[in-house]
Amino acid sequence: MAMAADEIESMIKSALPDAQVEITDLADDGNHYAARVISESFRGLPRVKQHKAVYDALGGRMGGVLHALQLTTAIPDIGV
Amino acid sequence: MSVNERIEEIVKGNNVVLFMKGTPLFPQCGFSSKAIAILDHLGVAYESVDVLQDMEIRAGIKDYSDWPTIPQLYVKGEFLGGSDIMMEMYEAGELQAMVEAEGLAKAE
Repeated sequence: MAMAADEIESMIKSALPDAQVEITDLADDGNHYAARVISESFRGLPRVKQHKAVYDALGGRMGGVLHALQLTTAIPDIGV
Repeated sequence: MSVNERIEEIVKGNNVVLFMKGTPLFPQCGFSSKAIAILDHLGVAYESVDVLQDMEIRAGIKDYSDWPTIPQLYVKGEFLGGSDIMMEMYEAGELQAMVEAEGLAKAE
């Protein structure tokens, strides 16, 4: 089964409370998503660790029920 | 030989290796296809491993890197990331810089 966009968003936010999360349903089929996650907690982490933090937030669903999540991570701009 | 040892041998034995679904000519997944497109565009010399042909490696590679998805790119023995990270690094110019710094370009 696929996952709903708001379910993905709330799982990410419960693990990374400061995160800004934007989910796009790429194919409009509830199965292919893009997520952009911006969190201060990523600062200083290599990209692998940033993405891993998001995957961990999804509690093992990534690679399982959630096949297609195109992920980008970023750190918030300061003072802009 | 355990699956971990098999993976270790592949990862340490090649400068650049991509674990993917399918082959560079016939990728079987959009993410693997994207990873190949980036490597080809960079002109990197790389090996690929088709995990669909080897169920032991397909499962083992996820534990090896503690990373849930395929494709997975390894450079000089280190796990670099999947296709999204490759794209982010490509767009930031970091992959190009790494290819130059490590001398990974295909021989002419």
